[in-house]
Amino acid sequence: MKNSMLLTACASVAMFATVAIGEVGPNDVVFTDSGAVEGSLTGVAGDPANGAMVFKNRKKGNCLACHQNSDMADQLFHGEVGPSLDGAGSRWEEAELRGLLTNAKNTFDGTMMPGFYVDTGFTRVLEKFEGRTNLTAQEVEDVLAYIQTLTE
Amino acid sequence: MKKFTLSAAVAATIAIFAGAASAESNSAVLTIDGQEITLRAAAPDYIDVDEVISGWSFRTAETQALQMDDFDNPGMIFVDQAIDDWNTVDGSEGKSCASCHTGGPEEFAGLRAELPRWDEAQGKVMNMEDYINLSRVEHMGAEPWKWAKPRMDAMVALISLQSRGMPINVAVDGPAADMWEAGRELYYTRVGQLDMACSNCHEDNYGVMIRADHLSQGQINGFPTYRLKNAKLNSTHARFSGCMKNIRAQPFAVGSDEFRALELYVASRGNGLSVEGPSVRN
Ligand code: HEC
Ligand code: HEC
Repeated sequence: MKNSMLLTACASVAMFATVAIGEVGPNDVVFTDSGAVEGSLTGVAGDPANGAMVFKNRKKGNCLACHQNSDMADQLFHGEVGPSLDGAGSRWEEAELRGLLTNAKNTFDGTMMPGFYVDTGFTRVLEKFEGRTNLTAQEVEDVLAYIQTLTE
Repeated sequence: MKKFTLSAAVAATIAIFAGAASAESNSAVLTIDGQEITLRAAAPDYIDVDEVISGWSFRTAETQALQMDDFDNPGMIFVDQAIDDWNTVDGSEGKSCASCHTGGPEEFAGLRAELPRWDEAQGKVMNMEDYINLSRVEHMGAEPWKWAKPRMDAMVALISLQSRGMPINVAVDGPAADMWEAGRELYYTRVGQLDMACSNCHEDNYGVMIRADHLSQGQINGFPTYRLKNAKLNSTHARFSGCMKNIRAQPFAVGSDEFRALELYVASRGNGLSVEGPSVRN
């Protein structure tokens, strides 16, 4: 009896995992005309703490390469290629932020900001990044949750 | 008293700022051992900036200082090594560079300023590396040197140095025009997972910081460059390769037609600046 209960618990964990993995693939993301993405890419709430890590990490989002962010004043180098993200969480709706993190080119025509959840349409991608997205769907949701904390 | 406190505060702010970012230098001329180097010049009409600016202007004061005196310039150590190679007999003909070029490397004053250039006799656009290997193979009966390797980069530096201070004057028309066009195409083509072109960084954003790096115009008048990062001379093609990898793009091969075309085009974007190599960069 005890055993069978354990078995049931395991099965439901496994089912839950399948649902979580069933995230929106990079080519199935639906953008509005203005480049926003309405629903979560994963169905799992974003984790702002992990989002902050992805934001800083040079091998992940490396958002600091191009953006200043007063919330990370402890970090030595902030780029100046894009606008400061101070208050970005107040300026943009959640769906707009999700869209511009997923593929900023749908929001800003011809922008230099990379698409972080795009895996096709590139030229001469270095082999180890071929067919891969810059961030995972959950990392996009995490960065999004972090940006939403940057309010004015 | 009050004035004193104020200036101390200002000095402290400047010191902190200098640590994080190098302010772009506005000097128009740099003097190295009495030789004048043009750091800023009116841009040629075929490019989309007003002014062409040497990469030196964007480096920190410490890095800049290393290039202001040849005794401090670590690139000169490699120039000395190239002088040894210049005098070393190699190959089936029993000759060194010095056997034929009796005037010394000085014979080549002016050459670097025109390269890459169309060579009628060879029927192609020639780079410095091509001329060096032409002599090694045809005149010395020696093995050609690999591009972007220490001996080749050092010899390119020795010969470039003979033209230091002379204005870059690369021809964009005539038989090289098609190749120049191909180079321009590559310069504006977005590549890699980050999907960027050379122009995104070096034309649209020079003068601003990209994380810890102060973006320059990506000029090649100072090549080969001694980089503090890897403590050796770096060729143009090695640098192009590094920039492509940074945007997660598969670089073209060193010495490939693509990089040759890109080099011709990028060199022409520096017309009016001085030959500066070996320069010092971070
Ligand atoms: C290579 C440069 C670059 C990188 C890397 C980059 N961005 Fe951007 N970003 C830009 C530019 C440039 C803009 C302004 C849009 C435009 O004009 O192209 C922008 C705009 C934005 C905006 C809207 C800004 C506003 O306040 O109006 C947000 C939000 C943003 N980026 C977030 C991010 C995040 C988060 C990351 C990392 C996951 C990131 N960016 C990485 C260049 C970059
Ligand atoms: C993501 C931004 C970026 C892109 C795209 C990029 N570079 Fe760079 N490049 C840099 C940075 C940063 C440096 C080091 C600082 C500087 O000199 O700008 C650099 C340096 C250089 C230098 C050395 C300049 C000097 O004075 O020593 C050259 C030459 C150069 N790049 C050429 C290119 C070419 C050609 C391409 C396209 C194949 C390219 N870069 C693409 C960021 C970039």
